[in-house]
Amino acid sequence: MPARVITITSGKGGVGKTIATANLGVSLAMLGQRVVVIDADIGLRNLDVVMGLEHRIVYDIVDVVEGRCRLRQALIKDKRLPDLYLLPAAQTKDKTAVSLEDMVRLCDQMRDDFDFVLIDSPAGIERGFRNAIVGADEALIITTPDIPAVRDADRIIGLIESEGKRLVRLIINRINPRIVKRGDMLDIKDVVEVLAIELIGIIPEDEAIIISTNKGIPIALEGRSQASLAFHNIAHRLLGEDVPFMALQARGFTERLGRFAGFLRRAG
Amino acid sequence: MNVLQRLFRRRSPPSREIAKERLKLILVYDRVKISPDLLQTLKDEIISVISEYIEIDREATEVTLQPGKKYSRLVANIPIIGTRRRDE
Repeated sequence: MPARVITITSGKGGVGKTIATANLGVSLAMLGQRVVVIDADIGLRNLDVVMGLEHRIVYDIVDVVEGRCRLRQALIKDKRLPDLYLLPAAQTKDKTAVSLEDMVRLCDQMRDDFDFVLIDSPAGIERGFRNAIVGADEALIITTPDIPAVRDADRIIGLIESEGKRLVRLIINRINPRIVKRGDMLDIKDVVEVLAIELIGIIPEDEAIIISTNKGIPIALEGRSQASLAFHNIAHRLLGEDVPFMALQARGFTERLGRFAGFLRRAG
Repeated sequence: MNVLQRLFRRRSPPSREIAKERLKLILVYDRVKISPDLLQTLKDEIISVISEYIEIDREATEVTLQPGKKYSRLVANIPIIGTRRRDE
């Protein structure tokens, strides 16, 4: 069966596309899927760094497209997993180095060898985004619960649907249950209501993400934090399983006080 | 709310509601893709047509886009001063 080609995009920069691509790639690979993740942010590559594979880059997507190497030579196998590969972006070129036709050809080339092709889209609505979406069958839209990100997500959804791609689903990233509870953050319902596409995942704000990026170990590999669980749940849903959304608990002030009192009691 | 929560209760209204309303309005304008110029033209022509039949307060007339459940709405809010028959 040919691969599903999925673009992870957002419009707005910095909302978590790269980290989501890395972690969804890892999660799917941990479920036995054959996965390739592609960094389409030519000139500003970061997927390699997030995955901790930056020291293994020999060839990149531009080398492949310009015929300096075969695709197989550019693909970096992630040794931590059975079937996860990275096609890195070039750092010294820009988005014009790869054409729309190149991207379509590349995606088609990979359809037979993989179950999932995940494309990390750059921010914006210009050439980089168009390159990332042209070869895809599906899109995952990442947004954070704030006005600028949701506005940009809305624009991107409009652009994708006008390209004829119908399977567009939403991931809300960096939800902070404490701030939502306080009434100072848009909540999941608000965002889903205005964007009106199917929600496939909610990822809570999690310090562990910062640490995982520092170390180059995608959080889904370690599986202990809420964010890690969230990525795994999305992977299951991508495979068609019906996984209920996590109930994100806000750690209230009095609860924290109680925990502190408990610590004092134990120490005493 | 328990005692501690009531002690630390916020005094200002939560910003989430403000954000939600702003977002809805922003998206209405973004999605409809009516430029400010076109909106002004619509306003001028609406005022012009209505004025042929009724005397209105042109300065106080507002023509805006509003979010709606099913459709976005173009809303003309027109204060009427008096009535004027067309042939006078």
